Amino acid sequence: MDIRYWNKDVETADVQKIRHLQLQRLKSIIASALKTPFYSRRLPSVGINSPDDIKTLDDLRRIPFTMKDDLRQNYPKGLLSVDTSEVVRIHTSSGTTGIPTVIYLSAKDLDAATDIMARSITATGAGRTDILQNMMSYGLFTGGLCMHYGAERVGLMVIPAAGGNTKRQVSLMNDFRTTVLHITPSYLLHIHSKLAEYGVKVGDLALKKAFIGAEPHSEGTRRKIEELFKIDAYNSYGLSEMNGPGVAFECVYKNDLHLWEDAYIVEIINPKTGQLVPDGQEGEVVLTNLIRHAMPLMRYRTRDLAFLHIEPCKCGRTHRRLSRILGRSDDMLIINGVNMFPSQIEEVVMKIPEVGNNYQICVEKDGALDRLIVKVELYSKMFLGEAKQIDNLKSKIGEELKASITIKPAIELHEPGSLPAFEGKAVRVVDTRPKL
Amino acid sequence: MAKQLHIFVENKPGRLRAITDNLQKVGINIRAFAIQDRGDYGLMKLIVSNPEQAHLSLADMGCACALKDVLAVSIPDRPGNLHRLLSVLVDGGINIVDAHGFVLQPNQQGICILEIENLAQTNAEQVVRKAGFDVLGNDQLNNL
Ligand SMILES: [Zn+2]
Repeated sequence: MDIRYWNKDVETADVQKIRHLQLQRLKSIIASALKTPFYSRRLPSVGINSPDDIKTLDDLRRIPFTMKDDLRQNYPKGLLSVDTSEVVRIHTSSGTTGIPTVIYLSAKDLDAATDIMARSITATGAGRTDILQNMMSYGLFTGGLCMHYGAERVGLMVIPAAGGNTKRQVSLMNDFRTTVLHITPSYLLHIHSKLAEYGVKVGDLALKKAFIGAEPHSEGTRRKIEELFKIDAYNSYGLSEMNGPGVAFECVYKNDLHLWEDAYIVEIINPKTGQLVPDGQEGEVVLTNLIRHAMPLMRYRTRDLAFLHIEPCKCGRTHRRLSRILGRSDDMLIINGVNMFPSQIEEVVMKIPEVGNNYQICVEKDGALDRLIVKVELYSKMFLGEAKQIDNLKSKIGEELKASITIKPAIELHEPGSLPAFEGKAVRVVDTRPKL
Repeated sequence: MAKQLHIFVENKPGRLRAITDNLQKVGINIRAFAIQDRGDYGLMKLIVSNPEQAHLSLADMGCACALKDVLAVSIPDRPGNLHRLLSVLVDGGINIVDAHGFVLQPNQQGICILEIENLAQTNAEQVVRKAGFDVLGNDQLNNL
């Protein structure tokens, strides 16, 4: 095995050393947090008025969880600890309503996040001679830019292809002899289904690795990708609130994801009780970011369900491994790697006067990709009797949804009263994608 | 002006029957109908014996429906007559959104139901009458 380290001292440090580092960094994050409007109220309410009030890592658990809703209520600047002149980058991600969540990075924060990303890339054995085609979307989403920065730091040649335009993606792979892809698993499978159409064979390409993430997928999907493309596929875990990809990454052993514990404190809790679950048990991932000071985030409830491995890894890294994401403890939907909440869709469609009382969100597989269909009822009193009105209404709903959730779903209009009613336990989301 | 009942229907089995069932229960006679297919939905368009009553009955059932003014033109069932009617409209700069026609036996009377774009803002009725066609109102349609 070709085991490479980006920062061997930290990656292989003994547990005591990592815990010591975590405590030092936590104190430092507390100092920053006390400068934010949000934590400057919350921390004193549990008796934390200065970093010195944190004596051991157990003191972390005195701090209440931070929820996505806290981010929404404190949007846009309630968790900012510095003047915006210190900020060099922001990213946003979907909130449960039209209000997104935002993160801020200072130059130092960005440097630290980039370093963690570089460490993740290196752990897979990728290096300077590799050519990375980064097919995650650039922009407000963290997936594209954060990987880009990390890969540049390692010294890979980066093709900032972003998502979409499958034919051009394949041309880029071919022309520039791409060796590594950063991509969602469903899109990678979709590309395979298109190769014959473009007259390209897998053997024509120079692919060696893929970093796959941004959507839950099974071990079966990973194996399928590896067999179809004759490559190694490495699982990646991250979330916008924690700086995006690179929170945890697989090493060459591909045996679940090393969570970089010098950068993040991970807790696995029972989502119902909030109590820690015993080691190795499945629960909700709670993360404290130790490397971002411009916008501290402590004990953040990710709503991702996973477990931690307790056995060490053969690669020599001491950072514990997080399982693949097994599900969600909320109703967030992940459609082709894009996160959204049913409540966002509801907020949009219920504001449109021509839409009746009921709606339904359907998610299905269309080949390798996900397909989102939003079904709404026509409000009978607003119907003017014209097909043009219906067609305009459908495109209006599609456009307004795209503005909120960034993708444009298929819109189906139904007769009044034909969808399951709001009363009782109406099934608002019908997800027929195969279970993992 | 003649009234046509437009009903929004999903493209799925049994929907049209639900509408005819409702109308037959209140004794409405369907004189003519057409369906404008739009893929996942359609518009059912009915010429009925009592449009207002039919509208209320379907609205009570929760249907999305609307009464639309249409031009009901009587044309003798002979070669070239539809062409003549359409020429008159084209020359008058009047656009047809949708149309359907039927022929009444035994007097070989053709009836053409025309949905006209922005009907109220056009002089479509005068143009058609001036060309020698009869334009029928609701009562005349009912008494055919
Ligand atoms: Zn390892």
